[in-house]
Amino acid sequence: MPAIAAENLTKTFGDFTAVDRISFTIEEGEIFGLLGPNGAGKTTTISMLSTMLRPTAGKASINGYDIHGDQDGVRKSIGIVFQDQSLDEELTAYENMDFHGRLYRIPGEQRRAKIAGLLALVGLQDRRHDLVKTYSGGMRRRLEIARGLLHEPKVLFLDEPTLGLDPQTRNHLWEYIERLNEEKGVTIILTTHYMEEADRLCDRVAIIDHGGIIAMDTPQALKNQIGGDVVTIHSPDPDAVAGSMDAPWIAHIERRDGSVVLSMQDAEQHIPGIVTGLVSRDIGITSLSVHKPTLEDVFLHFTGRSIREEAVSGRDVMRLYHRMGR
Amino acid sequence: MDIIYTIWLRNIKRYLRSKSRIIGSLGMPLFLLLVLGLGLNSVVQIPDTGQGYFEFIIPGIVAMSVLFTSVFAGIQIIWDRQFGFLKETLVAPVSRLEIMLGQTFGGASTAFVQGLIILVLSLFIGLSFSSAAGFVIAFLFMVLIGIAFTALGIAIASRMEDMHGFQLIMNFVVFPIFGLSGALFPISSLPGWVQPLTMLDPLTYGVEGIRYGLTGTAQINPAVCFVVLAAFSAFMTVVGAWLFRKMSI
Repeated sequence: MPAIAAENLTKTFGDFTAVDRISFTIEEGEIFGLLGPNGAGKTTTISMLSTMLRPTAGKASINGYDIHGDQDGVRKSIGIVFQDQSLDEELTAYENMDFHGRLYRIPGEQRRAKIAGLLALVGLQDRRHDLVKTYSGGMRRRLEIARGLLHEPKVLFLDEPTLGLDPQTRNHLWEYIERLNEEKGVTIILTTHYMEEADRLCDRVAIIDHGGIIAMDTPQALKNQIGGDVVTIHSPDPDAVAGSMDAPWIAHIERRDGSVVLSMQDAEQHIPGIVTGLVSRDIGITSLSVHKPTLEDVFLHFTGRSIREEAVSGRDVMRLYHRMGR
Repeated sequence: MDIIYTIWLRNIKRYLRSKSRIIGSLGMPLFLLLVLGLGLNSVVQIPDTGQGYFEFIIPGIVAMSVLFTSVFAGIQIIWDRQFGFLKETLVAPVSRLEIMLGQTFGGASTAFVQGLIILVLSLFIGLSFSSAAGFVIAFLFMVLIGIAFTALGIAIASRMEDMHGFQLIMNFVVFPIFGLSGALFPISSLPGWVQPLTMLDPLTYGVEGIRYGLTGTAQINPAVCFVVLAAFSAFMTVVGAWLFRKMSI
């Protein structure tokens, strides 16, 4: 049984379609990312899956419970960390946890033990009796994550978990999230617009834009869709460089200002060949660099404005080159 | 029951922690009590009973204290919504009815305590202790006022987007309810055309009920007061629960 299964999930607000027939399946123990710009429909998707918002069409189930038919079943199976803070600042960390535990009807003795364990896990045990309003942004986030786990949900929703946090805190949080996933086997679905976050944490990523999923795969496979590694050659005579590149393993050639950008699989292995080839033809090289494609490249490829205008043709060309490369 | 208790408990904790709010909301009733009560005591005498004015308005001020605190406590869910805490509650596997009832009893409890403080303070200023039974009657009416108007606050808050409408509610709902209730003057001394309005005001029955408990005299039969106010509390709770259910986040 998949942890989450969504089928043609759709939400419209009047004329505006916030989420447009998205379908995906998330297996148990997976960390799944919804990556997209602000307003792409990520939070709306989370709201529907967590029974906060009723879908206009389509269906979904969590842990086997239908999000419409068995709301209580869904609610018991999920923990959520909302994009906006949802703590009571006038209560202490312990009281916030206790409130949550009572709402989920966790018996007293067990509740106290779990709260202590989770607060220790996120490093807030020492400050558990301080009012939340004295907490920093990172501490609040950690508390919210701990609270979301108190009732031992099968699935944890993290809506932009590191939004507005400094890089160091973000790194810490990533470590917590990875540890939770490993130690407790919790399935995690997170939304983010930080490519790095999706790349680092997620087993699979769905790129979502204008309410629809436009690509979904492992971060590695997504990056591979670009056509492999990116090699940039600066030369006094870029035309000659471009003209001489006829090897079958070159997936894509592009001229950019005074340089030539090539995509290929396993670039490191081909670099000696490229250099020897150019030298033997007396073509000068000013510099040569290799960079692994990032999700940023993938994201630009799929959602960048100039690319959007010629989305179909551009993607088809890419696919063609990709096939040629094999 | 345990869910209602949980939400009630949160309200009580927040209330006890906000010392400035407790003291702040005592200011207005105390001010009225001292200025009107003591200032007009020697000038005004209540026609039928011959009571002094100070003794007369204590029940009114107690009712006012309960009224303001409870409406405010109900409207507070707007803040919970704005600061996101409401989501945490609504996404839990509990019914909205339980949440609403917990909020109502929490608000009613804090409102009761606010009224009680005024009551105890007025004992020091000059209210004479009639009987324990009388006080129990007064308490009962205070609780009913608290429930009715917290529920009203929740009902209003369920339909409000944010706190911008708060002033409007205070001026056009809460103050008229207070002003028409006979808290500050005997109903019988009003012009004939205002009297029906007074009888339509649910707080009137609360004020008269408390007045009966504290001073032993009332212009409306206390049994009638009890029935009307209890019915109104039940009605407001149903309306509040219904609107709260329909509220989107």
